Amino acid sequence: MPVLLTSLDPLVAALRADGYRVVGPTVRDGAIVLAELDRADMLPYGWGVRLGPGGYRLRERDDRAAFANSAGPQSWKQFLHPPRQQLWSAERDSDGGFTVAEPADEPPRYAFLGVRPCDLRAISVLDHVLGAGADNRYARRREGIFIVVANCTEPGETCFCVSAGGGPGVGPGHDGAGYDLALTELADDDGVRYVVDAGSEDGWRLLDRLPYEAAEPPTTARARDAVARAADRMGRTLPAADLRALLAGTLEAARWDDVAARCLSCGNCTMVCPTCFCTSVEDTTDLTGDHAERWLRWESCFDLDFSYLHGGPVRSSRRSRYRQWLTHKLGTWHDQFGESGCVGCGRCIVWCPVGIDITEETHALAAEYEASTDDRGGGAQR
Amino acid sequence: MMPLPYRVTGRRQETSDTATLILEPVRQPMAAARPGQFSMVYAFGVGEVPISVSGPPDADLVVHTLRAVGAVTRALHDARVGQVLGLRGPYGTDWGLPVPVGSDLVIVGGGIGLAPLRPAVYHALDQRARYRRVAVLIGARTPDDLLFTKEYDDWRAGGVEVGVTVDRADTTWAGRVGVVPDLITGLEFAPESTVALVCGPEVMMRFTARALLRRGVPPAAVRVSLERNMHCGTALCGHCQLGPLLLCRDGPVVGYDRAQPLTGVKEL
Ligand SMILES: Cc1cc2nc3c(=O)[nH]c(=O)nc-3n(C[C@H](O)[C@H](O)[C@H](O)COP(=O)(O)OP(=O)(O)OC[C@H]3O[C@@H](n4cnc5c(N)ncnc54)[C@H](O)[C@@H]3O)c2cc1C
Ligand code: SF4
Ligand code: SF4
Repeated sequence: MPVLLTSLDPLVAALRADGYRVVGPTVRDGAIVLAELDRADMLPYGWGVRLGPGGYRLRERDDRAAFANSAGPQSWKQFLHPPRQQLWSAERDSDGGFTVAEPADEPPRYAFLGVRPCDLRAISVLDHVLGAGADNRYARRREGIFIVVANCTEPGETCFCVSAGGGPGVGPGHDGAGYDLALTELADDDGVRYVVDAGSEDGWRLLDRLPYEAAEPPTTARARDAVARAADRMGRTLPAADLRALLAGTLEAARWDDVAARCLSCGNCTMVCPTCFCTSVEDTTDLTGDHAERWLRWESCFDLDFSYLHGGPVRSSRRSRYRQWLTHKLGTWHDQFGESGCVGCGRCIVWCPVGIDITEETHALAAEYEASTDDRGGGAQR
Repeated sequence: MMPLPYRVTGRRQETSDTATLILEPVRQPMAAARPGQFSMVYAFGVGEVPISVSGPPDADLVVHTLRAVGAVTRALHDARVGQVLGLRGPYGTDWGLPVPVGSDLVIVGGGIGLAPLRPAVYHALDQRARYRRVAVLIGARTPDDLLFTKEYDDWRAGGVEVGVTVDRADTTWAGRVGVVPDLITGLEFAPESTVALVCGPEVMMRFTARALLRRGVPPAAVRVSLERNMHCGTALCGHCQLGPLLLCRDGPVVGYDRAQPLTGVKEL
């Protein structure tokens, strides 16, 4: 049964007392970023956002809600899959060989506070891509993370999680649900309150230590309704087609030329995407030549070097690089990892400097595809 | 993900820019590679690149043949006997040997592409009785760029037909001039029971596959080894994508039935 919390202070304090570094949303430099929180009052109480293609603005809210805003520029991959990390270092031995060692540092134990349902899915997508080999740094980092979900009651103008197959809320909790606690925020004249459910044994144990009240049925019903209503207020949708087939069938579509004329190939969309996982390796050595290191850093398929083979890049045109991004997210991810690589958070729309909208592009491709299959007698449709 | 130290215990200069290295584990060995698989080969402090295994499956030593085309391959090419390099692997799909008893085996290599095919040639020599015809067709830009020339007579003696052609002849060349797919035209084999293994520049593989298909070899029986940028070898870095494929995991060896629709799309 869900319970009611009237403050998140005890939750943050309890997590910190358990040795977690609590990371959550907070206002910094005109945006809601993810940063380490010492106290619950660092959450963005009273802040909302106004989102659009290529636009992000903070706005003051009439209420004190902390989670009535949607995805900021960062995602949790920042912490699970850091932008730059050392993989190992190597020292030359006296016999001309070398010894390789991984950095000894233990990964930090994070508690993620305020994970949106779309971002919870993104974490699970990353788990499937990067966590496959159990004995890797991603898996070790991921293992100890405590996840507090914040269900969405106020989707942004650029959100489309529902048509991406997720939802503004997580389902009822059970062990293995992928989160430890799930909050639904209720903000009104009485202030803010949280209907809280647990999704794991760890979640229940923590909840037991907090000063909660019973959640009366009308309150839990209100919370449920707020999430359900959010599902109907999504700013955008993806076409309701089989996107894998659609994108495999439109590789030579004219729309790619159209979007290529607008795209700057800046790679912002891949950097803010919560599931883009690509990396490059950098090998370095010091002046003596006896010490070498390997570092891993985020990479984008919009970078020319990404597909470099001696002689030149495979994807030299912008058209081919934008096509790689969109077809990978929505199409070939299914082939490679058995699910979509897009969770509908809308970040790529907001942070594109020229406002390219992945949903609009996909609708345009769908229209072109339909027209082309109609030309062929609509055989593919029947 | 960490490279294992391997010492260079033998080195042969194959051509002006290509060398074969014999590598033995300093401590722990990696698992034996199957023909067609590759390793990630690390030059200390310089970098790491994918290189196919060019020697027989062996847990005690690894053989690589590589062409110096950039910083990392230059450093590896220049490695001396006694020097220690790093190896990870083996990775990727293999040639799928042995193929069914009684098959014809057509092995086609262009340039450095012959290196990953040599283990398949060794397999065919080793199990020669298993197959009907075995042919190795080799192409290079010039006679000086031909790899493993000292072995061709042994291959022939072992019952393997060896066809050689060069794009440009020099004054000493008495052999064929032309592109590799031309060698297929005159070759005798039973298309429906042929398996072809092909590695070389992408255009060469396309024309070779086309010639084989024209003769009636089923597309799935033509296996090509594809090259893309690779940083990890373990399906984590994203660089080696070719549409739905992650070539370090789903390749490098791919049936032409799958490869053709993908390599046919420009800049995929
Ligand atoms: C599966 C596979 C098997 C291969 N087998 C052989 C072989 O047996 N013999 C052989 O000579 N060559 C082989 N190659 C090609 C070889 O890996 C490239 O020639 C080599 O990576 C070039 O690196 P470089 O730094 O020397 O060259 P540069 O062209 O200077 O490369 C510059 C940068 O581009 C990147 N780069 C270029 N090409 C590649 C690539 N293919 N993969 C990853 N990064 C790349 C590297 O990061 C490098 O730092 C193989 C490639 C693949 C994918
Ligand atoms: S869209 Fe590009 S950067 Fe993102 S995961 Fe796919 S290939 Fe990598
Ligand atoms: S789509 Fe937009 S964000 Fe992505 S690379 Fe192009 S211009 Fe940059």
